[in-house]
Amino acid sequence: MNVWLEKQRHLIDFTLASLARRKTKNLGLLLAYTVLVFVLASLMLFTQALRSEASFVLAGSPEVILQRMVAGRHDLIPPGYIEKIGRIRGVQKQEGRLWGYYYDPVVNANYTFMARPADEVATGSIMVGATLARARGLAAGNVISFRSYSGKLFAFKVAAVLSPDSELLSADLVLLSEADFRAFFEYPAGHYTDIALSVANPQEVRKVAEKLSASLPDSRPILREEVLRTYQSVFDWREGIMLTVLAGAILAFAILSWEKASGLSAEEKREIGILKAIGWETSDVIRMKMWEGLLISLTAFLLGFIAAYVHVFYFGAAVFEPVLKGWAVLYPRFALVPTVDGLQIATLFFFTVFPYTAAVLVPIWRAAITDPDSVMRA
Amino acid sequence: MRRPSTFAFLLLALLGLLLVLIFAHSWQLTVTDQSRLQANRTLVTQLGLTDLALFSESRYTRHPSQADLHSALQDHPGAFDHFPTGSLLSPPAHLTATHERLAGKTTSPD
Repeated sequence: MNVWLEKQRHLIDFTLASLARRKTKNLGLLLAYTVLVFVLASLMLFTQALRSEASFVLAGSPEVILQRMVAGRHDLIPPGYIEKIGRIRGVQKQEGRLWGYYYDPVVNANYTFMARPADEVATGSIMVGATLARARGLAAGNVISFRSYSGKLFAFKVAAVLSPDSELLSADLVLLSEADFRAFFEYPAGHYTDIALSVANPQEVRKVAEKLSASLPDSRPILREEVLRTYQSVFDWREGIMLTVLAGAILAFAILSWEKASGLSAEEKREIGILKAIGWETSDVIRMKMWEGLLISLTAFLLGFIAAYVHVFYFGAAVFEPVLKGWAVLYPRFALVPTVDGLQIATLFFFTVFPYTAAVLVPIWRAAITDPDSVMRA
Repeated sequence: MRRPSTFAFLLLALLGLLLVLIFAHSWQLTVTDQSRLQANRTLVTQLGLTDLALFSESRYTRHPSQADLHSALQDHPGAFDHFPTGSLLSPPAHLTATHERLAGKTTSPD
């Protein structure tokens, strides 16, 4: 065993010395390889962290949201609608929700206004999300006025700014009392935006949704599991879009590494010829080249992955930020909880380390089995 | 003289150790992370939130789970999507879902 190990060490020593002779070329390859792994791993870590954060926090959202549709569009819930639901077995609690959008021309941003009970937000006061507060320079105690859609000016006192830790959820939120909400949007009395239902038994949620659709044909129930599924697919889609954008770079790298690994330079061929001439066996040459491929790809994988982890969880994925921000004026600042999916990393490892190591072997085997004399002369 | 393989092994061992630490770090959530996640879930339950506030430029990107099926074409049927974010959001599941394979399953002939 020791003899075998010592032999491998000598082979690695020889490989490293051989790599050092073509330092610039090999360092360039290592850098390109590391950058590719870094970008792919960053993308995987970022989307995985967002996906798991979304599924954890949104697991607290209402079991069923009931919307009313008119001509295929979301419409207000009229009076008497909520009472009809009360008779459906399994529904524990139903609550009319009031929320809507407001465009603020001062910062060219959209806010989400949401009514809360009077014991949470007093009339004349609002609570705002931290991103919005930053955009408008607000702090608790300030007064801000908004011009409503009817043209009237409403002044509100900022009672509190929501925790910056919740920016991912509350970036553009404005919480105000029900009376203020109805006055500001001139909402007709007794009408609601939609209805949140809580169902005691999770097994019954689908049945309740079926009953709602049957008894209120103009309604559209949205289940919590659909909300969670939406976010899974949103991030899958986004990851796919980024991978499509990166496909060019991935292909370019594949060509580069194939060219490097499969096309032997005259110098490398001569080296193999000399090694064979001085008594190296074919298997030794192949083993030496396998170590070369493994050392380069393993180092690039580890360096790239560690850099990606630091980039995503300590520098807020700065490389992807411009893509993710889109046109949103109010983009939340958020730190993601570190999440690493072992299977994803194994996939990344398999698709980056193995192909390169394998690509190195074929041409070496071809060169190593030919006659040393003809290899050296070629 | 120190052999080059010693240096290579040390480097790989160091990087491997960092990888193990990363796994350990991500599995063991810190108290701050746990309390932040829990506080956010409580906020979602309390306010009845349904969506992340990632894109606030239009209603179907601010609340993708609540948007009606036509909201991306809000101006007229077949209208182009206004916002670039629309390309970052997935299309509704029914557009990409494959149809059920019914070959050999139907009772009446086609």
